[in-house]
Amino acid sequence: MRSRYGNPARTAWLVLAGLVVFMLVLAGCGSSSSDTTGGGGEEALQKLGKGEGEVSLISWAGYVEPEWSKPFEQKTGCKVNNKVAGTSDEMVKLMSSGQYDGVSASGNATARLVAAGYVAPVNTGLVPNYKTVFSDLKDQPYNTFEGVNYGIPHGRGANLLMWNGNDVKPAPTSWNVTMDPKVAAKYKGKISQYDDPMSIAEAAVYLKAHETSLGIENPYELNEEQFNAAVELLKEQQPNVGEYWGEAAKQISGFANGDNTVGTTWQYQYFALKEEGVPVAASPAKQGFLPEEGATGWSDTWMIAKNAKHPNCMYEWMNWIIEPKVNAQVAEYFGEAPAQEKACEETKNPNFCAEYHAEEPDFWKRVYYWETPLADCGNGEEDCMDYNDWVKAWTSIKG
Amino acid sequence: MGHRLAGLFQGRPRLQVGALLAGPVGWLVIGYLGSLAILLITAFWSVDPLSGLVVKNYTLENFETLFNEPVYREIVWRTVRTALLVTITDAIIAFPIAFYMAKVASRRGKALLVVGILLPLWSSYLVKVYAWRTILSSDGMLHWLLSPIGLDTPGYGMTAVWLVFSYLWLPYMILPIYAGLERIPDSLISASEDLGASPFTTFRRVILPLSFPAVVAGSIFTFSLTLGDYITPRLVSNEQFIGNVIFNNIANNQPLAAALALVPIVVMIAYLLVARKLGAFEHV
Amino acid sequence: MRLSRRARALLRFAVGAALAFIYFPLVVIFIYAFNSSKILAWPPPSLTTEWFSKAFENEAAREAFFTSIKAGIAATAIALVLGTLASLAVARHRFFGRETISFLVILPIALPGIVTGVAISNTFTQVLNVPLSLFTVIVGHATFCIVVVYNNAVARLRRLSGSYEEASADLGAHTWQTFRYVTFAGMKSALIAGGLLAFALSFDEIIVTNFTIGAGEQTLPIWIFSNLFRPHELPIVNAVAVLTILISIIPVYLAHRLGGEDAAAPGRGGGGGVETEATAVP
Repeated sequence: MRSRYGNPARTAWLVLAGLVVFMLVLAGCGSSSSDTTGGGGEEALQKLGKGEGEVSLISWAGYVEPEWSKPFEQKTGCKVNNKVAGTSDEMVKLMSSGQYDGVSASGNATARLVAAGYVAPVNTGLVPNYKTVFSDLKDQPYNTFEGVNYGIPHGRGANLLMWNGNDVKPAPTSWNVTMDPKVAAKYKGKISQYDDPMSIAEAAVYLKAHETSLGIENPYELNEEQFNAAVELLKEQQPNVGEYWGEAAKQISGFANGDNTVGTTWQYQYFALKEEGVPVAASPAKQGFLPEEGATGWSDTWMIAKNAKHPNCMYEWMNWIIEPKVNAQVAEYFGEAPAQEKACEETKNPNFCAEYHAEEPDFWKRVYYWETPLADCGNGEEDCMDYNDWVKAWTSIKG
Repeated sequence: MGHRLAGLFQGRPRLQVGALLAGPVGWLVIGYLGSLAILLITAFWSVDPLSGLVVKNYTLENFETLFNEPVYREIVWRTVRTALLVTITDAIIAFPIAFYMAKVASRRGKALLVVGILLPLWSSYLVKVYAWRTILSSDGMLHWLLSPIGLDTPGYGMTAVWLVFSYLWLPYMILPIYAGLERIPDSLISASEDLGASPFTTFRRVILPLSFPAVVAGSIFTFSLTLGDYITPRLVSNEQFIGNVIFNNIANNQPLAAALALVPIVVMIAYLLVARKLGAFEHV
Repeated sequence: MRLSRRARALLRFAVGAALAFIYFPLVVIFIYAFNSSKILAWPPPSLTTEWFSKAFENEAAREAFFTSIKAGIAATAIALVLGTLASLAVARHRFFGRETISFLVILPIALPGIVTGVAISNTFTQVLNVPLSLFTVIVGHATFCIVVVYNNAVARLRRLSGSYEEASADLGAHTWQTFRYVTFAGMKSALIAGGLLAFALSFDEIIVTNFTIGAGEQTLPIWIFSNLFRPHELPIVNAVAVLTILISIIPVYLAHRLGGEDAAAPGRGGGGGVETEATAVP
């Protein structure tokens, strides 16, 4: 067949190319990547209505378990769809899709979610159990923004230093076993570090105690000098790290098959490993489960999505999770301090709240809840490193 | 009605081509390329550090970051290096088996081997990688196998990544080479032998050059699949590949991720153009 | 080809080694699927078949399986249509930009999955305001499945001489009849082979799916991924993996047989041997 199509075909291709360019221009001139800009301004739900039949949640491992989600489904008729996320970054990304109704956000996600406009304020008047939440969890900088309440506290805890009792001797009392290059070298290739920029704060906590000349106060508000010191420490740690874990279950499998013997963890993994019979140990209760320098930790908040598809079910969930009996179950299952005062009367272990310092605000001064690093240091200066710097540094640290 | 429509196309090849191509080309150019373009243009924008939302002011800061921070160069080089290594490894492993299938095996043997090679493609990629993770672990199968003779599993790391990638993409290399070798008429090989060439010379001067485009075709997949993968490096190592960094940044710093994404895209387009020149597209 | 005995033996050894390499992890999965312990140490302490019954009972796994089947069929259907259309244009006509089509078609699969996934997901959620769902997954899968069908179809069309279509036109058939009774008949087995391969690709895909799937659904790979590190669920995952391999023996074999049927097709040059379109891999 002879070719006679030169010009019309060429025109067709040009038209297509033009369409693509047109799309680009549209994308460039159009509204910002999200229709909702900035936090606040959105109204919290005013009145609770009928349940919508289901609710989609994003949560940390161990926060949404059949033990209390099934009774919730029976009571409210709201079917629970749960997605477990491993890091706050993952949670923010999932919330940005607009497909979920709520999230159990830590402090290094809450500010970002509010700023990006992914969450709406919470009307605590619609959550009866909120009245009896511990007062040092209410109106905190990580759940209240510009005087507006954005969530319901879930519970709080400290990150643990965990080790395999058979392989790590003597039992460590300090973070130096993972942070001090000389000591960490003993466990080269066996260290398990959390795969998230928040690890920089762990290094900062260590430096706060051991390198006082840096003058670190808040491990999340670091000026350039302090920040670089923390990053340097982690770069020296990198050759000794066996695995950077981004999912709780990955760390469990690492400790269970002997690939890792010491590292940062959450109570969820600790108890899961103990159940499997792996000889893990952590800082003892009498030390408050903390190594001598203290530790980073988290105080988590249930937040509701802006324009959530199932807002009524979400409010029911938020009320349910701080129901005294439920919050007691939640706290004991995971191994964290409950948010609900009355939960202390409902725990199976009568000393649970005492052991976990649930009623001691002073204890939590040694636990540095995850926070979103901002350039604004809170002292009028703007020279602190912001979260983008943290993320970039983390990429450099891992190499 | 059908007849009328069909009659419309009769003798109008231009209309035929247009109608045939409207769907696929529309889908691929407007849909796919358009989506790509919209993503990649964010590489020229920046991001609000708190909210993670994209801010539409044009800047080259993302590219500056990629060039100035040595870690990104290392990551790109590490990824490309692995992709090359995996391609070469797979080509070496694939060629003998493809040759056997094309030129030596009986008709039945050929059929069995083809099914045998295709079957692992059907088992889940994730399960295969996880199987390797357990095999390579410090008290996994390799350790059990090798410790009696004094060796040990390489554990997790670059070796593991290379091994697993080579394993995963091997069928994608075997099949095009097999198809390409099949296309070489037996008469050519007989002629070469009749002219006195040893099997090795025949291989080197007849078979290899004729099958080279097929090898390139297979390499398109081993190379591109390695270049973009982030799951395998995450499951069997701590190493960051291009895919991992894109994945980590796509949520809160999409512009940086998009800028980095341009690297494998440019590399692959260049690779495809070279491959096309080498005739690989006839063998894909 | 005449090979010395030593060369032949070496070749056989290389083939055996390659096959061993390919199947060795699959054997490991197979054994783990019967492992009675949840911790994956080696060797497994004892064997049991309970994971298989648990796999059948697991509701999430079943749903994920059917979702994957649905997505696979839909994506394959779209890929078949688009791939066939494109192949007809390229193999039977000449036009400006013809070579570019092959290039274009291979791009979705040659570019990193994460880029394809994010680009498509972005376009749906931010430009078109369409929420993510099985539909968006199907769109993503179809995009990179086109090339598989296209390659098989073009390879076949090149082998089928165009003279049959001309003869059909001369005999009075119009374009649709020619396509249906002549072209399509000749392409059928190549399309089926391509379709089966496309289905396989879609069924096992994880990266693009990860970015394009909605909150409430799971395809089988997504389900596997979410359970990969859960010690309690992992053995079921292994059992599911073994089941998928076993079930898939049939389609894979069929694909090959169908490709092979054509050994006597008109227009094919001399030299018999097994047809190779079924193996025209993406």
